[in-house]
Amino acid sequence: MTEPLLKADSIVKSFGPTKALDSASMSVAAGEVVAVMGPSGSGKSTMLHCLAGILAPDAGTVTYAGRDLGAMPDVPRSTLRRTEFGFVFQFGQLVPELTCVENVALPLRLGGRKRRDAEALAREWLARLEVDDVAAKRPGEVSGGQGQRVAVARALVTGPKVIFADEPTGALDSLNGEHVMRLLTDTARESGAAVILVTHEARVAAYSDREVIVRDGHTRQVEFA
Amino acid sequence: MSIGHTLLGLLEHGPRHGYDLKRAYDEHFGHDRPLHYGQVYATLSRLLKNGLIEESGVEHGGGPDRKRYAVTTEGVTDVERWLATPEKPEPYMQSTLYTKVVIALLSARDAEVVLDTQRAAHLKTMRELTDRKRGGDLADQLICDHALFHLEADLRWLELTAARLAELGKQVRS
Repeated sequence: MTEPLLKADSIVKSFGPTKALDSASMSVAAGEVVAVMGPSGSGKSTMLHCLAGILAPDAGTVTYAGRDLGAMPDVPRSTLRRTEFGFVFQFGQLVPELTCVENVALPLRLGGRKRRDAEALAREWLARLEVDDVAAKRPGEVSGGQGQRVAVARALVTGPKVIFADEPTGALDSLNGEHVMRLLTDTARESGAAVILVTHEARVAAYSDREVIVRDGHTRQVEFA
Repeated sequence: MSIGHTLLGLLEHGPRHGYDLKRAYDEHFGHDRPLHYGQVYATLSRLLKNGLIEESGVEHGGGPDRKRYAVTTEGVTDVERWLATPEKPEPYMQSTLYTKVVIALLSARDAEVVLDTQRAAHLKTMRELTDRKRGGDLADQLICDHALFHLEADLRWLELTAARLAELGKQVRS
């Protein structure tokens, strides 16, 4: 197997008395699309947040390109998240006061890119995601499917190595959901980015290369030749 | 699938010979299962005997002469009746998967492994269908979607059963 780019090893995470993850492990290779599946409350979103360095596990380690995320100080870890990771959530991720092109340009601007450069690149990504016509609109003025494609453009604009997608089609109908998934996985594969896709929908998981099941805080991986 | 009704429906567009009908059938509905010539000619012979089609001339070409067939008024009525009759919903009450789960529980084997292995097999097929949809036309996409939705329903059952294994284990062993 290829050397993993991102790896969770026997991680434990509790919220008060509730153990969300109990010695859970999984890994993702560069450019791989992995679905994390499981019923509601199984711990799959907690797994994603631990892998992304948003949550710190109580025990176990998360390593990215050989570096232990838990041992990294806050500032470099935040920089890593901004430059090497991209995020797509179910909803509520776009800044409502900004236009769509400004939303996509935002991670570049936070990284110090000039406005004109950042927005030019943002427009290219909006075009790749087939939503260049909504560039000047605010998120409240576009449909759910268009908004998700803008969010995918924003996740990819910095050229991340890993995209974290938490139920990215959860608020969309079947047709729009499929369109977003096709564009997300096609553009990620073209860019060489790995995707960690949290979903409870099998048709969404079918866009992945393989799946990891989270059940009661444990991970299960079954190979079927 | 009723091959007879499908051929009758194709003949409503105008008279065709057997080879032409097979080609039209395969293009629209064949996908992984094209019709054999034997099936086409056996079906045409039955439709002819039942008065649902009639011979409508002979085509002369380089090879052997080919008979053209046309749908009769009775044939059109038969197609209309077929279209108006709903297909019987499949009750899915005899599930091999359910049986495997119960046998695993009764014999103290790991039923979760049975479910997870099946889940992996289902997802593998779903991946293949999803890949096929990417390059397919609308007809191909719709036929793949039909299969994908059914496989997804199975997977939801697998997930629900996995969540109830402990309870089911107690029940079947009591």
